[in-house]
Amino acid sequence: MPNEPVPTCRSVTGAAGVGGVGGAGISLTDATAESGRHGGPDGAGSGAGTGTMSAAGGTGKGNGTRRAVGNGKGGDATGVGARSRRRLGPAFWVAAAWTCVIVLAAIFANLLPLTNPNLIGAGPPSAAPSLHHFLGTDELGRDILSRIVFGARVSLVVGFASIAVAAVIGGGLGIVAGYIGGVFDWLANAVAYIILAFPPLLLLLAIAAFSHQTIPKLVAEFAFLALAPLFRITRASTLAVAGREYVQAAVASGASRLRILVREVLPAVLPSVISYAILGVAIVIVGEGSLAFLGLSVAIPAPSWGNMIAEGRTLLTLDPWISLIPSLAMLSLLLALNLCADKLGEYFEVREAKL
Amino acid sequence: MARLTASVATRLLMLVVVLFVISISVFLLVHLLPGNPAYAILGPGATPAGVERVVHELGLNKPLTTQYLSWFGRAVRGNLGNSYLTHQPVGATIGHAFPVDLELVILSQVIAFAIAIPMAVAAARHQGKWIDRTFTAGSFGMLSMPPFVIGVPLLLALAVTAHLFPATGYIPIYKEFLTNLHEMLLPSITLAIGSVAVYYRLLRSDLISTLQEEFVTLARSKGLSDRAVMYRHALRPSTIPLVTATAINVGSLLGGAVIVEYIFDLPGMGLLLVNGINSRDYMMVQGVILTLATAFVIINFLADILYRVIDPRVRHA
Repeated sequence: MPNEPVPTCRSVTGAAGVGGVGGAGISLTDATAESGRHGGPDGAGSGAGTGTMSAAGGTGKGNGTRRAVGNGKGGDATGVGARSRRRLGPAFWVAAAWTCVIVLAAIFANLLPLTNPNLIGAGPPSAAPSLHHFLGTDELGRDILSRIVFGARVSLVVGFASIAVAAVIGGGLGIVAGYIGGVFDWLANAVAYIILAFPPLLLLLAIAAFSHQTIPKLVAEFAFLALAPLFRITRASTLAVAGREYVQAAVASGASRLRILVREVLPAVLPSVISYAILGVAIVIVGEGSLAFLGLSVAIPAPSWGNMIAEGRTLLTLDPWISLIPSLAMLSLLLALNLCADKLGEYFEVREAKL
Repeated sequence: MARLTASVATRLLMLVVVLFVISISVFLLVHLLPGNPAYAILGPGATPAGVERVVHELGLNKPLTTQYLSWFGRAVRGNLGNSYLTHQPVGATIGHAFPVDLELVILSQVIAFAIAIPMAVAAARHQGKWIDRTFTAGSFGMLSMPPFVIGVPLLLALAVTAHLFPATGYIPIYKEFLTNLHEMLLPSITLAIGSVAVYYRLLRSDLISTLQEEFVTLARSKGLSDRAVMYRHALRPSTIPLVTATAINVGSLLGGAVIVEYIFDLPGMGLLLVNGINSRDYMMVQGVILTLATAFVIINFLADILYRVIDPRVRHA
């Protein structure tokens, strides 16, 4: 009786996520868990021999250094079904469109027919949604729709800018470390390990405690926190690509290292980095929202979804929508970003980033 | 075995380095403030005589390295200074608050497993069917509900409107066991939601790949029921990734606990931290951050070792 089975097809489970800043439970971990299950080559080969990749080696953030052992069975283990392969599906497009709507509204907020988000008494205080104020007004009579649109700016700027910075720097270091290896790789990995050892929200709270937050500072802080995970994901993907035939062919044909990195490795690594980066944006937005909820993000009265939820909390019994509307806005944005990241990962068959 | 010892030794070295970096960062926090740190320690009501005394007592006029060493010596012995607000020792205050976080985190994980495991088993058994699709879609929703988003609506629906739970209040578990559980349940559920999504997604895909294994086919061919195959055979190898995921999750749980305590007014470390930040009680902030960061690092270290010990494939890799 096979009581103690040692399955051979289990691939890597862990990944060092940004750790879900703010305790969302969102972390890069689960994306890896979802997409990283495939041990061996599956039926619809995309030319990606993703079988064994013991990324990260000894210096990796321990939990993730489980080796992927080839799964002889093959087949699509996640069971999303072969028919959805190579199609993003309607869910992705709805999510992407909603994200775009929020982003565009935030960018062009000044051009939209909205009242000043900080104008006290724009309407009667705590008014229910009406034709004049589509989402009602808060306890000071400020227009909630306007505050939602303008408030999205803080979340979006911090989310996208910090991840963009981290993806360029962390991704650049990761691709170089993964391809070149050696002492540089070892050193970069050790530094990443140490950065990942800090609980992220605590670091942010510590900085908030001892200095005032501004948007550039928030971007820098979140970029710092996202650096290590993005470095590790890029490095792991690079390791998976570096040994493939077409890269070796480029080496044999005498291409320079730079050319190989940019023309051969980068395009192969980019999809997984992009899908993790979108997930990273969601995580950073949760982090910023958590800080704002605690009153420790950018100073009031500038609206942000986090501080709107917190402000509405005091009037919960009388006017629940003041707090519920920003909650719903945040939920919809996070849902859209998470869906985009997941569907893109599925589409590009991201599975090698196994830290 | 030698490999295991070597890898544990490497981890231990890393642990020491990380703890060292943390202690230096936390020590320097107070020195980042403009002006004399003595003002930060004494708070707004500092008198010149008081500043003089603190500077002398803590050796603030000595070189930074000397200051760090004596601060470190005191911190290791649990002396984290006094709160200027309450004049109580920070160490003792943290001692009272820590059990709240411990209970909150443990309870939330029990709830998360109790929900995620049956969900994942059902989804894996009926892969691709409506139940699988519903649960997977639901897990996406839960993934998008951090405590600061879902906490307030839950409070409104279950405590304020339905009166199923008390909205605020806390009594220690050793005083009133049942009242305590009743009060802690809603905060724990709030914290558990994100974890449910993480564990569900991990376990579902893990189970689906396990179900294709030969030992599962063998168990089935012996005539075992689906349920028995699932719970007796297929679930077992998934314990290791779950342990790992739980350990990785600790970081986000500590962050989430801060928010949850703030929403439900629970006297834990998070509330101490937020109140400390708002009232510029720097000794309290420093103490809480040092304690939580150290706890986080040590938990991750232990999980890492545990996982190497229980999983023979990693041990021999």
